[in-house]
Amino acid sequence: MAVTVPFLAGLAKLLSGATVRWIDCQPDTCQRVYFANHTSHLDALVLWASLPRDLQPLTRPVAAKDYWDRGPIRRHLAKSFNVMLIDRTKVKVHQSPVEMMIREMGDRYSLIVFPEGGRNSGEEVGEFKSGLYYLGKKRPDLELVPVHMENLNRVLPRGEVLPVPLLSCISIGAPIWLEAGESKAEFLHRARDAVCRLRDV
Amino acid sequence: MMDATFSHVIVWLSLTQNDDRPDVTHIYWLLGVVLGLLVIAYVAGRLMKRYPEHSLNPAMIEQFNHRIRVWWLMGAIFVAGFLMGRITTIVLFGCISFWALREFITMTPTRRGDHRALFWVFFFFTPLQYVLISFSRETYAQWFGDSGRDFYGLYSIVIPVYAVLFIPMRIALSDDPKRFLERSAKIQSGLFICVYCLSYAPALLNLSLRTTAGEPWGDPDSHLPNAGLLFYFILVVQLGDVLQYLWSRLAGRRVIAPKINASRTWEGLLGGVTSTTVVGAMLWWATPFQFWQAACMSMVVAIMGFGGSMVMSAIKRDRGVADYGTLVQGHHGVLDRIDSLCFAAPVFYHLTRYFFSQVY
Repeated sequence: MAVTVPFLAGLAKLLSGATVRWIDCQPDTCQRVYFANHTSHLDALVLWASLPRDLQPLTRPVAAKDYWDRGPIRRHLAKSFNVMLIDRTKVKVHQSPVEMMIREMGDRYSLIVFPEGGRNSGEEVGEFKSGLYYLGKKRPDLELVPVHMENLNRVLPRGEVLPVPLLSCISIGAPIWLEAGESKAEFLHRARDAVCRLRDV
Repeated sequence: MMDATFSHVIVWLSLTQNDDRPDVTHIYWLLGVVLGLLVIAYVAGRLMKRYPEHSLNPAMIEQFNHRIRVWWLMGAIFVAGFLMGRITTIVLFGCISFWALREFITMTPTRRGDHRALFWVFFFFTPLQYVLISFSRETYAQWFGDSGRDFYGLYSIVIPVYAVLFIPMRIALSDDPKRFLERSAKIQSGLFICVYCLSYAPALLNLSLRTTAGEPWGDPDSHLPNAGLLFYFILVVQLGDVLQYLWSRLAGRRVIAPKINASRTWEGLLGGVTSTTVVGAMLWWATPFQFWQAACMSMVVAIMGFGGSMVMSAIKRDRGVADYGTLVQGHHGVLDRIDSLCFAAPVFYHLTRYFFSQVY
């Protein structure tokens, strides 16, 4: 485990040639939810590896349990990176993914989430699912930080195993919060806009 | 970095004083002159930055200082290459090619269907080209028992023939016909310019140099004479770049192609090529060339370098980016620095091969 993490993080950074831009936002140990567009398997890994060393143990990617619990390699990876596995199949009233996330993160961890739900083709950012809204509503103290990941879909597109080492760019923007009286649709639209806008900065 | 470079050079100069091969010391003289000029340029740049009221334009000074920094880095890389030998130099050029190709392909839009072809380009053809070049005549003889040759027959065609055939084949298999010809051409030209053309610079190390009188030039058992020629070549390319820029600034009136590059003028081209020819000719003593031959070589290199910058500018304008460096924030554009080198290298190599080396 001690070898896997630095090795994979280093390899991912090398292959993706990632430049990290903090735009109107600084690295901080306060509790945050980084939400990003999702186009590649490398997304979570590269974003996690791009954070400063002292933030890495405090930041946990959120992933689907049914996918990451399959096979020893995936399980090992999920465990090494302290991934927060959310069971999508057993959703009950007090057992919703958002409830689980809030319980798991406590007053210590930050999260990396991909609100589009799945990986998309990369050209357009898809519609956001509502989890982000409920996170913001139940924990108004969390900083919701938009992240735009560019070109990673070309480094390792969906359905490919072998990467092509192009240069990518990760832009981390100013945090947003749920405004008073803001509806779910409005908020999700604004969050998606915040991610898209980082592309053009 | 400066201090480190210096101490290396001093140690190295003292090592060569009791060397009984006289022609090799030329290179050290050349290197000494260049280092001297770099120190002067460095101090001048610092002074201009410290006393801005006496000088021209802060943006220009910043650009100047940046260029000087890049040259220090190039110099340091070269010294490292010289000290650690032929293979190190080839590996360094391989890395530069790889990075330049990365920038080139990042800037060109490719589609999902190109992914597998790109994988082959990056991880098969690029290393293959440099592995083929890394076989010197001696290693070739050891492995294949055929003396005096290297893999020239293969590395001169493996990309322009086989890779060029392979790329569209692999893309066709991906079942995506949209802009097929354009996509193939983009990947082909990226591989051709960044890898194939640039690789001719370290390929100079494989030549068995002769003067036109037919006498061997330099010690055939050492790679230093060839490394010196490589250094001379890069120096002339860089001089050509900077002199054309200066002439354009000082006397430029008629822009050659304003839509492609607004700073390249006919006056700059003419003045730059002429002055590069003169300076390159005056450095003839560090090469196997005679005075007039060095003049011709420098002129060809300067003109090809100009062509290279124009082509790269055209590609950048087409994609709507100012510099490869600004393409992805924080990366310094390698491609911006080597465009003229890429275009001049094959021509310089072949002229040297046909007129100044023994071809078996």
